[in-house]
Amino acid sequence: MDTSSLALQYLLSGVTKGSIYAVVGIGFNLIYSATGVLNFAQGEFVMLGGMLAVTLLAFAPLPVAITGAVVVVALLGCLLEVVFFRKLRRHSVLHLIIITIGLSIVIQDVALHVWDERVRSLPYFTGSEISSLSFLGASVSPQVLWVLGMVTVIVVMLQGFLKYSRPGRAMRACASNPEAAMLAGINIPTMRMLSFGLSAGLGALAGCVISPITMTQYDMGVPLAIKGFAAAILGGMGNPLGAVVGGLSVGVLESFSVSVLPAAYSDVTAFAVLLVVLFVRPHGLFGKPLGEGVREH
Amino acid sequence: MGRFKSATPFLVFAAIAVAAQWLMRLTGTEYYLVQLTMALYYAIVVMGLCLVMGYAGQVSLGHGAFFALGGYTTAVLTTRDLSEWQEAAWAQALRQLHLLTAREDLYGQAILTATPWAAFGVAMLLTFVVAHLIGYPALRLKGHYLAMATLGFGLIVYRIVLGTTFTGAADGITGVPPWEIFPGLIVSGRRPVRVQNYYLACGLVLALLVVLRNLVRSRVGRAFQAIHDRETAANAMGINTKEYKLKAFVTSALLAALAGVFFTHYTGGIAPSEAGALKSVRYLALAAVSGMSNLWGAAVISTAINFCSLRGWFGSFDHAVFGALLIVIISLAPEGPLKPLGLWLRRCCGWRAPTVPAAKPVDSLHGPA
Repeated sequence: MDTSSLALQYLLSGVTKGSIYAVVGIGFNLIYSATGVLNFAQGEFVMLGGMLAVTLLAFAPLPVAITGAVVVVALLGCLLEVVFFRKLRRHSVLHLIIITIGLSIVIQDVALHVWDERVRSLPYFTGSEISSLSFLGASVSPQVLWVLGMVTVIVVMLQGFLKYSRPGRAMRACASNPEAAMLAGINIPTMRMLSFGLSAGLGALAGCVISPITMTQYDMGVPLAIKGFAAAILGGMGNPLGAVVGGLSVGVLESFSVSVLPAAYSDVTAFAVLLVVLFVRPHGLFGKPLGEGVREH
Repeated sequence: MGRFKSATPFLVFAAIAVAAQWLMRLTGTEYYLVQLTMALYYAIVVMGLCLVMGYAGQVSLGHGAFFALGGYTTAVLTTRDLSEWQEAAWAQALRQLHLLTAREDLYGQAILTATPWAAFGVAMLLTFVVAHLIGYPALRLKGHYLAMATLGFGLIVYRIVLGTTFTGAADGITGVPPWEIFPGLIVSGRRPVRVQNYYLACGLVLALLVVLRNLVRSRVGRAFQAIHDRETAANAMGINTKEYKLKAFVTSALLAALAGVFFTHYTGGIAPSEAGALKSVRYLALAAVSGMSNLWGAAVISTAINFCSLRGWFGSFDHAVFGALLIVIISLAPEGPLKPLGLWLRRCCGWRAPTVPAAKPVDSLHGPA
């Protein structure tokens, strides 16, 4: 394989991984703008989506299993908001974040007991592991197209939802000024619950489409959460489209790092990107430095 | 009277430590001391975390990494054979300075390695540098950004030790030699020195408690407290908040590394899981359970809970216990369960709440610094 097609191969694998980080990053954004909480358990939604779909597949065809998994995880997201975050509004943000860390660990351990530590995966949506399409000299699994297609659909639909639908606009109002939104008759607790549900559901869907490629395991959540967070920060918190660009950049960087560094360090690259962005441009690549939120001085 | 009162907790701690050892001797369960010693070393990390979280109000999810940094530095330096450079001038010079030593490894082969004392020095120095490098930019970030940055740092360290053959990859490093702190006092997990090592760990925890308690009651400690309560106000009062936050962070990182060094010599090795995110979250959970700004609580509670965990009493729910502790404690009693529990006990027994004496500088050493 010559260099250019090798580069293309890396690029494709980076974009595939990166699109999942993008979805996780969008999930961070949704919850963060509605509630101000950074949900460390974001990666667990992805894991649960994949795991539930694999289990449901024993009883139902693939599309039904995936839908079922997404709905269950979305409901779980709503439940978490109601049980843990609604009552605790008066707690400091730091405390809320610590609670999400606790949740992440408990969910992981429950998943370990329900599904044990084996690696599972959904079957390829079309074709099998060995089927591949050739694209400008690089070979692409049809699943990659599924991932990219699904993520594109998610992003477009979400933008449409937030821009044009009534609940979407209410959510945005709630994010930009909760008090004014409340005065305008928007039910803020419901919007917060909705943001958790939506973010969990999107994560679960991402977990299903990526499962045939990267497999699903009970402990996949934490690295995914960090990389998704890196995507969200890179794009600027509160900017879902920015998270897409951020996610793709993290994925591509991680994927190209394999050509320079040992493969065992590919995660290190992604985490290092996070640190550099946090230290140098915590308001993201496209954001303006705001006094509020990120930095103190 | 006041002097006696301030010494009470230390005496109680010492009494508990001695009682625990005698109880184990009488019941023939002296092997429990091994886990208890390990738990005491972990408690040092939690105490350091309390300093940074409870007093200076900054969250850190990277303390497992500092523990591993100390442990791995020691482990690498004291097991890496340098005999191929035996004839080199620098090796000779270092040997003259007692920084290198010739010893036999587990298989009886003659090897040349760094002495534990030298390794300890390097580990502390390295941690000092790394903590500054990470802390300086990270501490400019607020709450959750800081949490994520420290978590990211922790995961980087974890991935590096896991992926590097130099640090033993997934197996970690074994065969770390005992550390003879001074003749007669050896940090080692060997059976004849088990009791001695238990008291060494107790003594270390007690000594650090004294130091930390004096630190938090000094000018520096009050600056930490002010930053914790309201950073902007502290800044306006003329406290250099950046500098103090960095000081708290570096001090607690050094404590974690110190614990790591002792732990590694005691268990004779270190594994990559020590650097993992789960370990860092454990320390966070234990700090939360002890109320974040209660050093005594941190030492006692984290030793007790870690001991149960190391004995395997939580079974396969080991991690879940810590996660659940975090959720329950933070949602029900974010200030820690000790204070409300104490108040409740007092009310039940009909005691009056003691009047809180005004804070006064305890030691003239730190006072006018």
